[in-house]
Amino acid sequence: MADTSEKLEPPHLGEHFYATKPTRFTVFLRTFLPWQAVRFAVINLKMLRIIRRSHTGH
Amino acid sequence: MSRVVVLGAGVAGHTASAFARRWLSKRDEVVVVSPLSGYNWIPSNIWVGVGLLEPSQVTFPLAPVYERHGIEFKQARAVSIHPGGREGDPAPYVTIESTRPGHPGEREEVRYDFLINATGPKLNFGATEGLGPAGHSLSVCTDGHAAETAAALDLAVERMRRGERQRFVVGTGHGACTCEGAAFEYIVNLEFELRARRVRDKADIVWLTNEYEMGDFGMGGMHIRRGGYITPSNIFAESLFAERGIRWITRSHVRKVEPGRLHYETVEGGKREIGFDFAMLLPPFSGVGLRALDRTGADVTATMFQPNGFMKVDADYSPKPYEEWSARDWPSTYQSPAHPNVFAAGIAFAPPHAISRPRQTPSGAPVAPAPPRTGMPSAMIGKAVARSVVDMLAGAPGPTRKASMSRMGAACVASAGANPFRGTAVSMTVFPIVPDFERYPEYGRDLDHTFGEIGLAGHWIKILLHHMFLYKARLRPGWSLIPE
Repeated sequence: MADTSEKLEPPHLGEHFYATKPTRFTVFLRTFLPWQAVRFAVINLKMLRIIRRSHTGH
Repeated sequence: MSRVVVLGAGVAGHTASAFARRWLSKRDEVVVVSPLSGYNWIPSNIWVGVGLLEPSQVTFPLAPVYERHGIEFKQARAVSIHPGGREGDPAPYVTIESTRPGHPGEREEVRYDFLINATGPKLNFGATEGLGPAGHSLSVCTDGHAAETAAALDLAVERMRRGERQRFVVGTGHGACTCEGAAFEYIVNLEFELRARRVRDKADIVWLTNEYEMGDFGMGGMHIRRGGYITPSNIFAESLFAERGIRWITRSHVRKVEPGRLHYETVEGGKREIGFDFAMLLPPFSGVGLRALDRTGADVTATMFQPNGFMKVDADYSPKPYEEWSARDWPSTYQSPAHPNVFAAGIAFAPPHAISRPRQTPSGAPVAPAPPRTGMPSAMIGKAVARSVVDMLAGAPGPTRKASMSRMGAACVASAGANPFRGTAVSMTVFPIVPDFERYPEYGRDLDHTFGEIGLAGHWIKILLHHMFLYKARLRPGWSLIPE
């Protein structure tokens, strides 16, 4: 085991305390199948749009 | 009859050779020179590195694929380019050195009419003392490295199951690294896997990066519209790490890696150390060390290559401060200014400068993320270069296709945990890759085409891309219909 004597600071004193965190509902939606099926279609369309635009270079 | 020689069989080289073969007549030859016998779909090495895939699931042998499609394959590394031929014979050629088992070191001269240099990077572990699998840290840059990393992870998990705490440090092993996105994928997959193996409570996970801000990814970060705000990417990256309990150290340059301990310094000037049980740190890249020789045998490498080994193309390489960098500095045809029948594609071309603002530590060490040019841009550049070469062979006076990273977008899916029901991935699009503050003065990018979100749908897309791009790389029926 590594010498971890240099302690990392506890969360409430570190950068985590100032970071934006998702709510439980947001986290739930990330794996909620009906919503993700919709997002699957939307993200694919967005990606196809960027691929088409990149090939035309405009 | 003409001969097109492609050096390298990674994403850019493989794409270029496949399209050149498709577009040229059967009388013309396409020759691929690669030191490796197989193709590696590198984005999926992340899953090899956490033990979810075997190397055989992200690689396949190239020779049968090339044989089926009429591409000559030479398993060798390129040593030198002779763009003016030799005295008495002006035909240009490259010298290659065999890496085939049983024939190591055998040299051969391969003549070309057009040369596409897609040699990719040299993994420059030597830039940091003790970095890399030959030193004291791990890597996922090749399928072999990733398999070693997975084995090290299994050992760490065993120790955690015995009750030991383990510290994992993941990130960049030098201040001038690129591909922060790959390390980002690895750390969030690692965290997900430790939860899946029920040992997360025994792990300290630390992100150590050369990025000035989280979410920079070597492309100056990005801004997206979300929740009524235009928000920079560091907010989302920090949010994901905070949610997963991952600590982060930014603006760092790793100076030395020792067994179980690494030394780093930061832009702010602190020289620090951190202990680790498991460190997966990416190396900086350089060119593969190709030399250029004129017909008398004199070394003219400096006319074709930058000092870092990447090949000069149609970019503006004049030194200028960050404030004067422009999207117009970036190359569009990838043609060598010294030799019109030589092109570079993918990581092999020398970028004019970084995208992210470069900084250094008070001791002068660089903390300057290098620009990413992997994946989609590499493939698009490879295809554009192949088209230009084919058209020039048909009589076009110069390159006919452009693929500037300042006029090109990218779609990227970064896995954040692999499971068909509980996994997630960050789906991103960005346009253009190189910010253009003349066209888009406020953020450098078109916010209608720049977005990102995390969710299970992204993981499904990642799985789809894994199978789709391996199918395409195997040049199966209909391969050319799959976009780059």
